[in-house]
Amino acid sequence: MTDYKMRPVEGTIHFDGAQSTKGFNFNKMCFSFNNEEARQAFLADPEAYMEKYRLSEEFKQALRDKDLNRLLELGGSIYYMAKLAGIFGWNMQVIGGMQSGRTTEEFQAYLDSQGRGKTTNG
Amino acid sequence: MAKIIGGITTSHIPAIGVAIDKGLEDTPYFRDLFAIYPPIRGWLNEEKPDIAVLFYNDHGLEMWLDKKPTFAIGCAPQYENADEGWGIKPIPPLTGETELSWHIVNHLIENDFDPTVCQDIKVDHGATVPMTLLWPNHSYQGIKVIPVAINCERHPMPKPSRSYAFGKAIGDAIRCWEKDAKVVLLGTGGLSHQLDGPRAGILNADFDSYCMDKLVSDPQELCKFSNVDLIEKGGAQMVELAMWLAMRGALGDGIPEERLRNYVAPISNTGVGVQLLIPKG
Repeated sequence: MTDYKMRPVEGTIHFDGAQSTKGFNFNKMCFSFNNEEARQAFLADPEAYMEKYRLSEEFKQALRDKDLNRLLELGGSIYYMAKLAGIFGWNMQVIGGMQSGRTTEEFQAYLDSQGRGKTTNG
Repeated sequence: MAKIIGGITTSHIPAIGVAIDKGLEDTPYFRDLFAIYPPIRGWLNEEKPDIAVLFYNDHGLEMWLDKKPTFAIGCAPQYENADEGWGIKPIPPLTGETELSWHIVNHLIENDFDPTVCQDIKVDHGATVPMTLLWPNHSYQGIKVIPVAINCERHPMPKPSRSYAFGKAIGDAIRCWEKDAKVVLLGTGGLSHQLDGPRAGILNADFDSYCMDKLVSDPQELCKFSNVDLIEKGGAQMVELAMWLAMRGALGDGIPEERLRNYVAPISNTGVGVQLLIPKG
């Protein structure tokens, strides 16, 4: 049998078929947030909106808690969770901090610590 | 006959699009990044390509999880973008090039690649940010575009070696198109970044630099990596190297001239590389 199992990587959940199956309804809800009316409908009544997409209680609670790592565990995809950013006013540094246990400032400092200035021949 | 005149790699991160919208190109944060684009635009103005073949990945605008192609090719007369949920401004549509699109599709299938064929798709920031960067102020409307999408969102994703081979077959198709046309290749995305999970924020400037070197001199070395290798070294979204490899495959055998290079990290959460490669001969 072909060995297609992915090696685990610490601090990372590979978004694969199993995760995508578990997270389908949640990711589908987040996909709907491409639409402004959908974002407004969620903000007006998040519980009704989550129910409309038949989220499990675990998903609902993780979203109430804004627990991004829990949402990833349950099957959320970061590409769809990024669409929550428009609703909650987050940017990717805020999201990065929330997931890695840092304040936004600490997360930016972590990025900067690995950075490298311009290298160019242009 | 059609001729491939060059290949450009560039990031497509949303923050760059937002910076353009807000006129932040000359601020200290973005200045070093945007410095590379005037010389690249100068080269484009001089060479005046007719067509851009643009390798990108969709981030949940058109190709969502319900029907997610591994490889897809646009065969549409135009491509619109749309609200993606977090505030990027829609721009006027890109113009397609259906005749070359269909030629590529036919060539690919004859050569045992079977992409999804798309006659009506929206394209997201993965395609529009590079177009806006390279042809500012909507001047991209003078160039025809063929978007080629590679799944970088859900595993299983194509192996790096397969993305390279796919690009190589597209390059062969372009070179055997009977119409006189100058074609530029765009490999977008990357380089090191991870957006998700406790490991979010990892960058690897040394590995990015290695990838940019090997992309020029020996892309087969990069084809030895699995996607998990790339994730370990450069974060979960380092898999976007797929589009760079497809571009490099299409550029053809032989070591190209590396005319320009720029690298800045971090921009947003990403190590941002830009290269202009010119095929020899």
